Amino acid sequence: MTTSPFFRQPNDMLPERAPPVAMSGIIGWLRANLFSGWLNTGLTLLALYALWLIIPGLLNWAFFDADFAGTDRFACTGTGACWAWFDQRIDQFLYGFYPDEQTWRVNLALFLILPALAPILFDKMPGAKQLRWFSLAFPFVATFLLIGGFGLEEVPTNKFGGFMLNVTVGLAGIVLSLPIGIVLALGRRSKMPIVRTLSVAFIEVFRGVPLITLLFVAAILLPIFLPSSFSLDLVVRVIVVVTAFASAYMAEVIRGGLQAIPRGQYEAAQALGLGYWRMMGLIILPQALKISIPGIVNTFIGLFKDTTLVIVIGLFDVLNIGRTMISNPDWLGLAVETQVFISLFFFVVCFSMSRYSVYLEQRLDTSKH
Amino acid sequence: MSTDQNQTAPNAQPMIDIVGLNKWFGPFHVLRDINLSVAPRERIVICGPSGSGKSTLIRCINRLEEHQQGSIVVDGTELTHDLKNIDAIRREVGMVFQQFNLFPHLSVLENCTLGPIWVRKTPKRDAEKLAMELLERVKIPEQADKYPGQLSGGQQQRVAIARSLCMQPNIMLFDEPTSALDPEMIKEVLDVMVDLAETGMTMIVVTHEMGFAAQVADRVIFMDAGQIVEQNTPDEFFNNPQSDRTKLFLSQIL
Repeated sequence: MTTSPFFRQPNDMLPERAPPVAMSGIIGWLRANLFSGWLNTGLTLLALYALWLIIPGLLNWAFFDADFAGTDRFACTGTGACWAWFDQRIDQFLYGFYPDEQTWRVNLALFLILPALAPILFDKMPGAKQLRWFSLAFPFVATFLLIGGFGLEEVPTNKFGGFMLNVTVGLAGIVLSLPIGIVLALGRRSKMPIVRTLSVAFIEVFRGVPLITLLFVAAILLPIFLPSSFSLDLVVRVIVVVTAFASAYMAEVIRGGLQAIPRGQYEAAQALGLGYWRMMGLIILPQALKISIPGIVNTFIGLFKDTTLVIVIGLFDVLNIGRTMISNPDWLGLAVETQVFISLFFFVVCFSMSRYSVYLEQRLDTSKH
Repeated sequence: MSTDQNQTAPNAQPMIDIVGLNKWFGPFHVLRDINLSVAPRERIVICGPSGSGKSTLIRCINRLEEHQQGSIVVDGTELTHDLKNIDAIRREVGMVFQQFNLFPHLSVLENCTLGPIWVRKTPKRDAEKLAMELLERVKIPEQADKYPGQLSGGQQQRVAIARSLCMQPNIMLFDEPTSALDPEMIKEVLDVMVDLAETGMTMIVVTHEMGFAAQVADRVIFMDAGQIVEQNTPDEFFNNPQSDRTKLFLSQIL
C-alpha cells in the first residue's frame, strides 16, 4: 500500500463543530455521571434506595412526630424528637452564663464580624479598602464588647460559655494562627541557625503534644510556674495554647506550599532587586498561600472543632452546656437531640469555611481564562 | 576611526570587569580563572557545551551565584557580601531566564510594574505608562491584562524581557532565552533581542543561536570546562576558529 500525498490550503481548514448531543444537556449529564455503566447505574440505584429508607424516618423523627412545646421532658409524649428544651435553654447554649441583660453585646460583636470579615473575604467589594481599617480594629472592639470596662459593665470570662465561647476561642485562634504560622514557616526555612532552631523547636513541641495536655498545662500548670502577681485569665490562656497548637500545624502546611514554589520565582524576584521581605510578601507567599488553601482551611476547621475540648478543663462550651442539661432530671436522656443540634451548628460553620475556600481557589486561579 | 575613539573615550571604564574569577560547587571547580571585561554598549554572546559554566558565569554577575575568588565590578560597584552593593547592581542589571520565570499570580502589566514600583519607587501611573511603552516595544501591548498562564511561550519570554527593561537597566543578561521555546516562537523573541541590541544596550547572551551571534554580537566567547577557551569577533570565530575544542564544537552545531 502506498500513502497518497495530501495537503490543505488555509481556506479549506476544518471548521469547529458542536459536540454530539449525547454529550451535553441534562440527559448527557445523567448519562455521563450517573448511568455510564452497569456498576455506576447499580450504585446510583442503591444510593437512591438508601435515601428513600433514611429520609422519611429522619423527617418523621425531627419534625412530624416531634414535640416542640413544654417546660420539661415529660411534656414530650410523641415518638419523635423532643425539642421542648430549645425554648427553655437556648440562651444558655448561645451565651453560657453571660448576664441576660448584657447578651446584646455578644449579638453585636457577632454581627460586627460581617463587616470585619467581608473586606478580607471579598477583596473586590466596593469600599473594601476603607472597611479594612475596621477589620483591624475588630478584635479590640469585640474584646471590649465581650469583657466590658470603660463604662460598660464588666463581665468576667468565667461567665463565658456556650457557642459564644467556642466562637471566641475559635475565631481568636484562627486570626492569630495564620500570621504566626507564616512566621514559623519562614523561620524554619531561614538560613539563620538560631531562628531556624527556635522555629523547629516550637513547631515540634506544640505539634507533638496532644491538645488536651496543652489545655491542662494552661489551666493547672501555668499558674503554678508564673509568679502570682502575673495572673493570666483562663480563657486567654486557652486561646494562647489553642493558637500555639494550630500555628504549629499551620506552619507545616505553609512550608509545604513554600516548597512547591520553583527556585526560578526567587531568582526572578532577586534579579529585579527585591529584598527578602518584599520577595516573600509580593512574590513567594501569595503563591505559596494559594497552594496551601486546602491545608489552611483544614487546620481552621480542625481548630474550630477542637474548641470543644475545653470541656476537659471545666469550661462550659456548648458541648458541656448540653451535657449538663441532659443530666438535669427535667431533661434527662435528650442526648440525641442536643448532639444533633450542636452538630448542626458546627457543620454549618465548618461547611461555610469549606465552601469559601473552594470559591477562593477558583478566584485565585490564574491559569484559565 | 577617530569618531569611534571619541565615542568610547568618556566610557573608558568597562561596564563589567571580571578579574581572576573562580567558583566551586562543593568540590566541583565550575569557573576557572575567568577574566572578562565588557565595554559599555558591547554585545557579547557566550556559547559552549552544557556544563561548561556559561550560565553560572552570567549568574555571578547579578549575584544569583556567589563566587569564591576574584573580583566582579559592575558599573563601578564591586560585588561583595555587602547587601547594599548587591541591591545596587541588581537594579542596574536585568536578567532574562530560560524558563521565563514570570510571576503567575500577577497580570502581565503587574509583572512589569512590580520592580519599578517597589524597588525604584516609581509612582504607579508612571510605572504603568512605562510598562505599556515597553510592552509595545516587544509587540504585545494587547496582552497587558492577561495572566502569564494564558500566553504562549514566546509571548511569555517577550513579557519577561519587557519586565526586565522596565527597571531601565544598563546591562541585560540573557540565560538561554530561546532554549525552552517551540521552533515557531524562537524568531519572535530573537527579533525583540535584535531590536534591543540596536538601541545600544550592553548585552551578554548565553545562547546556541549562532545566527543571532553572527548578526548582533561584537564578540563571541566559547567556554568549556569552566574556562574561556576562545574569544573573537563573530566573523573570525565562525570562519577561522583557532582552538581544536572550538572547531569540534562548531562542527557539531553548525
